[in-house]
Amino acid sequence: MKKFIVNRLAQMLIVFITVSIFSFSIIYFSPGDPLYLYTSPAKSSYKMTDEQMDAMREELGLNGNVIERYLNWAGNMLKGDWGMSVSNHQPVKDQIMDKLPNTIGLMGAALVLSVLAAIPLGLLAGYYKNRWIDNIISGISYLGISLPAFWFGIMMIIVFSLHLGLFPSAGMRTVGVTSAADVIRHAILPVIVLSVNNTAVFVRYIRSNTIEQMEEEYVTTAVSKGVPRVQVMKNHVLKNCLLPIITMVGMNFGTLITGSFIVESVFGWPGLGTLCMSAVNSRDYTMIMGITMLACTVLLIGNFLADVLYGFADPRIKQGKEKSNG
Amino acid sequence: MDKKAMKKVFLSNKMAVVCTILVLLIVLAAILAPLSPYDPDASNVAEKMQGISSKHLLGTDDIGRDTLTRTIYGGRVSLIVGFASMCVAVIVGTFIGTISGYMGGMVDVILMRIVDIFMSVPSLLFIIAIYAFLPRNMFSLVGMLAFFSWTKVARVVRAQTLTLKERDFIIAAKSLGVSRGTIIRTHIIPNLMPQIIVSASLSIANAILDESALSFLGYGVQLPMASWGSMLQTAQKFILHNPIMAVAPGVMILATVLCFNVLGDILQQILDPKLIK
Repeated sequence: MKKFIVNRLAQMLIVFITVSIFSFSIIYFSPGDPLYLYTSPAKSSYKMTDEQMDAMREELGLNGNVIERYLNWAGNMLKGDWGMSVSNHQPVKDQIMDKLPNTIGLMGAALVLSVLAAIPLGLLAGYYKNRWIDNIISGISYLGISLPAFWFGIMMIIVFSLHLGLFPSAGMRTVGVTSAADVIRHAILPVIVLSVNNTAVFVRYIRSNTIEQMEEEYVTTAVSKGVPRVQVMKNHVLKNCLLPIITMVGMNFGTLITGSFIVESVFGWPGLGTLCMSAVNSRDYTMIMGITMLACTVLLIGNFLADVLYGFADPRIKQGKEKSNG
Repeated sequence: MDKKAMKKVFLSNKMAVVCTILVLLIVLAAILAPLSPYDPDASNVAEKMQGISSKHLLGTDDIGRDTLTRTIYGGRVSLIVGFASMCVAVIVGTFIGTISGYMGGMVDVILMRIVDIFMSVPSLLFIIAIYAFLPRNMFSLVGMLAFFSWTKVARVVRAQTLTLKERDFIIAAKSLGVSRGTIIRTHIIPNLMPQIIVSASLSIANAILDESALSFLGYGVQLPMASWGSMLQTAQKFILHNPIMAVAPGVMILATVLCFNVLGDILQQILDPKLIK
């Protein structure tokens, strides 16, 4: 197990470094001056002198060739200094940390909702395979996989905010209100929209797993011994389905991250997604690097935890047989 | 299962037939788009923000463009982008997948580690981030979508190549001295066709979904050209007065993606009957 964790950590580190080099060089080799915000007449009426520009380049780490700049950036990153935002000269890290809890909250709530909704639906569909109940659940899960989240969000706003007036259509807080209930009221629609895609994926996964388990001999034995079906489902089938859910959650972490960015922009949720969009629009490259690397880290940690948890739960992997799928 | 039997199973599946017809209808509409009496991009302020009427079946948008016409033209962009990036992804994925699977050894290890790296980054976020630094046209859009989606094809193709290369006819060809390139070209790839078609179908569905998300966020094709995603971006501002503007393109995305997903799944089940449950 120890060897497995060390291996995975090393692999993560390689991925992380490769991704950072890749993003950094794309930004470096892209045409245009990162300081165009300050030089383009359309963006700023104030004309800076050459000395001021040089000083700013120095401050933002824009001097030197690509290797120097990358090493400089990476070194600072390791020391916890994520650089200054090109567009507003505030530390990138502070701005990101300010918004991070909002995004994590949204993602966490959506993930919990997906798992809680998918387990009963998947078990039901698998238990009644090819009967009407399964056809309905499977049909809806097909829809859920193909549904563009942002469009679903707009539809939810039209129905529940504009017509029924049940939930606010945008933002995270009502101005002047600080209660948690208010935040929850604002979060309900975004969380539902964000959870739909993952729920659909999870339902299909649990359904096929249930069907597989139901064909196992231990289920037949239990049923023929006279154990009530509900109990067989609860004690045997459900238990054996829970394990794969861990991997499934890990595998779908990426969808959750990009999904949350899209949902944030539909609902005006003040999170990392909104921050990222404005950074991209102003080509704030330090901010873009900060956010992509953070998202990448979250994804890698998610995958890693899923692997390790799965390893703890499944003794076959502890013995180092995880290579079989690579 | 031979091709004829496969065709029979496919045609006897009602869902498959319905989805195929729907896809063909959507493609046909996109091809015949110029038959519409309206210009998709020209504004007509006198008729702006109209509701459903016999003149404008789905009403008009904020500058008086016919929503139905724009939705059909938008389908052109979405379908072309989806189809083109699928083609690139399938070609690159098949190339890398067969090489990785057939060569094995160090080549395989390196190529698959690269695939792993691609799979462990949030792709849409990267596309958005990179897009800030690329010229915004259809070419780079297709390139970016393909760049992050060939890995799925490569994985499937590699796994299939691994089993194929142990088969007798490949071993026979090898012992007759046929070169690697020729074996891959004339023996392996033709036998991978069913799996490639499945990947292609799922890949189109993903590409259309991603393109619409990107266009919705403002990083897709540029105005005044419409794609389903960019229409939704405009429609979002007018949901209070003209919700039909937001409904039409979304339904089209959903229908197209759903059809390709269902088709991909049905084909996969036909190929691998063990999956039918």
